[in-house]
Formats: sequence, C-alpha cells, structure tokens
Amino acid sequence: MIHPKLAGLVAIASLFIAGCASDVKLDDKNAPVENRSPVTSGADAGKGASGGGVTTVDLTKGNNADNAAARVVYFDYDSYAVKDEYRPVLEAQAKALAANRSKKITIEGHTDERGGSEYNLALGQKRAQAVLKSLTLLGASDAQLEAVSFGKERPAVQGSDEAAYAKNRRAELVSR
Amino acid sequence: MLLNRRTFSAAAGLGLAIGSAQAQFRVEISGVGATQIPIAIPKFRDEDKVPHPVSAIIRADLERIGVFRGIDTVALLDETSQPNMAEWRSKTADLLLGGSVMRLADGRFDVRAKLWDVVRNKDLGGQSFVVAPGDLRQGAHRVADFVYETITGEKGVFATRIAYVTRSGKSHSLRVADSDGENGQVVITSMDPIISPAWSPNGQELAYVSFHERQKAVVWAQTIATGARREIAAFRGSNSAPAWAPDGQSLAVTLTRDGTSQVYVVGRNGENPRRVTNSPSIDTEAVFTPDGKSLLFVSDRGGGPQIYRTPVSGGSATRVTYTGNYNISPAISPDGRYLAYISRQGGAFRVYLADLTNPEPNSARALTESSDDESPSFAPNGRLIMYASRSQGRDVLMTTTLDGKIKSKLVSTTADVREPVWGPFGR
Repeated sequence: MIHPKLAGLVAIASLFIAGCASDVKLDDKNAPVENRSPVTSGADAGKGASGGGVTTVDLTKGNNADNAAARVVYFDYDSYAVKDEYRPVLEAQAKALAANRSKKITIEGHTDERGGSEYNLALGQKRAQAVLKSLTLLGASDAQLEAVSFGKERPAVQGSDEAAYAKNRRAELVSR
Repeated sequence: MLLNRRTFSAAAGLGLAIGSAQAQFRVEISGVGATQIPIAIPKFRDEDKVPHPVSAIIRADLERIGVFRGIDTVALLDETSQPNMAEWRSKTADLLLGGSVMRLADGRFDVRAKLWDVVRNKDLGGQSFVVAPGDLRQGAHRVADFVYETITGEKGVFATRIAYVTRSGKSHSLRVADSDGENGQVVITSMDPIISPAWSPNGQELAYVSFHERQKAVVWAQTIATGARREIAAFRGSNSAPAWAPDGQSLAVTLTRDGTSQVYVVGRNGENPRRVTNSPSIDTEAVFTPDGKSLLFVSDRGGGPQIYRTPVSGGSATRVTYTGNYNISPAISPDGRYLAYISRQGGAFRVYLADLTNPEPNSARALTESSDDESPSFAPNGRLIMYASRSQGRDVLMTTTLDGKIKSKLVSTTADVREPVWGPFGR
C-alpha cells in the first residue's frame, strides 16, 4: 500500500530546482497553482465591513501517478541507524548510481504517527540523510541524491499499533 | 477535576445555512465552576429570522473564556427593554444582555445589544454592529467582545480568526475560521499534506508547508483575501516550520540545505537566508519572542527534544524546558510571560504551561489530561490556548484557559482537524 506520488514531469521539474533560490516559478502544467476560484460558500465573502475575505487555491487538480520503483529501508523505534540487512539493496543502488552519473534519486524519510508533525519531519529527514550518507559511502555522488522528509504525514499503512508503526518508520528510495 | 459538565450545541439548526464545503463544528464546554460571573442572555429579538443563533454564539464565546457562566432563560428581552432587576436577581443573574438582530434592506445585518449590571441595577451601555450578509456570526462575536471588554477591561478575542487544516480522505484543506471554529473557508486545498500554518502579524497572510508542488516540504506564504501565493523556502532537502517575526518583515524557517534540520531567518519573500542555529543536532520549530529579539526552538542536542532560547542575531542557546525527555512545539503568550508546549509524559502528549518569569525550572504543569495533544497557540489576548487533540477517534480542536479549568471542544463532524493556530487582532 504505497501512497500515490508524483512522478514524471514534476519529479523532473524538481530536479532542476533543487538547491536553487526560492523564486523559481512552477510549470503550471505540473502544479496548477493558477487554479484559483473565489469561495462561493457564504454570501459575499470578502465584501463585508470586516474585510475578512478568503480566496481558495485548489491543488487537487494535479495529476498524481503511482511510483512503483520505491525501495524501502525500515528503521527501529527512535533510531536512524541503517541496519546491515539493507546493505545489499543500498550497494545495488549505489552501484547503479556510480555507473550512471546522470541518474538521480530522492530519499524520502518517514516516521510513525507519534509526536508532533514538525519534529517528526526533522526525524524523517535524519533517516533520509542516514541513507544518503550510506549511498555516498558506497560510491554514489552527493549531487545525485536528495534527502527529503514526509515526517508522519504519509504513512505507508494506517493503524496505531507497533506493527503499523514499524512499517511506517522508513526511508523510500525514489528514482526521479 | 471538572466540577460540572455541560454540553452546548451552537451548531443546532445551522446545517442548512452553511455550504457543504465547510466543516461543521459543535462547541462543548466543560469545567464550569463557581468563579464565573453568571450572565443571562435571552434570545435576541428576531434571532429566529436570521441564519445563525446569535445569542447562543455569544453565550458559547463568553463561557469558553472562563469568565462567565450562562444562565438558561426563556425570557423575551431586547436592547430597548426596561428589565425588572429584582426578577433577574432572583434568577441568580449578575449580568443581563439583551439585543436584537435585523436584516437591513441591502442584506446586511444590524446586531444590537445592551448590557445591564443586575446586582447594581445599572445600565452598562449598548452597541450596534452592522455586518455584511456573510458576517452575521462575526456580529455575534463582536457583541461577545463588547461584553468581555466592558466587564474585564481587556480586549476580547472572539471576533479574531483561527486557521487549521482539515483532512478528509486524501484531501487536505487549510481553512480560516471564526475563533469558535465555525464558518471555515478554504484557503488552499491539496491531495498532499499541508502543515504548520502561521499567521502574518497583520493577519493578511498565512505561511505554511505544502508537500504537493515539489513532492517535498516547501514553505509558502499566501495572501488570504486574494489567494496570491509565493515560495518562501524551497531549498535542497526539507523546508518547514515557518514563524513570522513580530514586524512581519522576516520569518524563521527550518532548512536542511546544509545537512540536518537547522533554524534560519529569511526575508518576507524568502530572501537572504541566514543560519541562526549551528549544531549537529535537530534544531526546528522556532518561534519569535514578542520583542523579536530571541527565538525559542526545539533541539535534540541534549538527547531527547527540548525547548531552547537563542538570540535571533545568533549565539549560544539556553535550555528552557525540563519536564521529562520530550518537549516540542513552543508557543509564547503575547506578553512574553508564558510558554505553552507539548510534553510527552509516559506515552501521553499533553499541553504544558510554563511561567517564564518563574526561576524554578520544574514549575511547568500539564493543562490537560488527554494523550494526543499537538500544536498549542495563544489567543491574541493571552487568555486562551487552542490546541489539537484526539477525541473518540477524531482529530479535534480544543481551547483551554491558562489555569486548565475551562475547556471547550470545537468538534468537526465532517473531517479530522489538525494544526490549529490562532490569528492576531484585527482582520
């Protein structure tokens, strides 16, 4: 049960903007931020004496595609250590990256649902960076890799028991 | 701990009046005690002819802040009445609020109210609020502010706004709503997560973290009235935890462009990022102190996450929290005196409150007995804390007074609600 992810165009677009300054404009095909429409619920929203108007931005029209190529590294509770059992997976990845320097992957860190969203985002980032470091030590170049985090926001499985938590404490390797 | 428990439905009968895109809230208040001023608020004249139960909205506001206790009454009264004070004294009311609501020819509403001191048999004055057709609830909140301000001499917060994120299936919507959680309007909706909304000090913009556009955490800022939005931080790695400086000219953000999560300050358009913290550990969730000179932030430099303080100009950090080994999500009261945060005790995550003027490091105390609290923020007058919690399998919004005695649940019936943050005065 892998959450739908953007692939293709958006992933390629992000390739060009990673590490750039914050004024890069999105391609509107990929991210329909222009899809704005005024709020229609509530009469005359925005015209009141209070000036409390709200205009809605709708991002849901975007084209999400499943990314089938994710490889997953699981972590112990409260841990960022990449366990030895994942060495073969990471060696294969690093080898492929070393053989093709134009190949790039994103490493997405995730946590279980316990705790705050921002601190979990940082924990997931730490997991992703641990995998990134392993890959560079195994021969991949830093420029081929980006570590990002979804924190607890995108669980692989729903549930509030240890079995679910264990499946959610993970880093996914996504080709882009 | 709770002396009494009552349920109050402010949403009863509203269902048809509100668009389907909006969250439906029900306000429940618990913990009514003896220290609240009893106030009688009979139904406003012609209230039944307008879309919202004005007197009930006012009563729920006044009860939520912990200063007042509503008295049930079926009396008929408006701002032009000459109430019989002896009669109201016998009903144990200390205060009496009468009023009316009238639809004007242009569609606007005129909400009028008068407040009486029953004990001293005194007219405490009246107010008239003319509001736009969609702002009738705001009219009620302004009457509640008038009552609160007349009695306490402090500014009321009921007419302010809050922001929160609703989640329904895979859809995430950042909404702006009245201070009681009602009347939510969508600011942005996305099939990917939105977290960490933060109000600009003038209340016109929201910064937030959106995962959709680049399939990673990027900080955006959006003007609420127009929908115009701009990227604040989209560097390599994750970009998160926006917090505005009190002057609105810069924001603290967490970036990972140099490795692990660290706190930076950027201009209001994301320009000139400057690293503030410098550790090999996680440093995140920064908030400015009201004087704009310091940041409180979360760091796990000592092992588990704790809250630290550092000058915005950089320099060494001093530890602030000591209650247990997991303290996150700092919020500072507008006067800078109190720190609200989330502390893990056993397996439970609870809102804690520390008095920063108290030199005793362990004087912070739990304000709740729940187990999944998140995202505390102060009302702009510092008298209430709003936070997210879980109740009966749903993500809900709660408010609590600073003594923890009066809590209200703002229950959405249509979606899980997370990441609440209280907006500033003025709208």
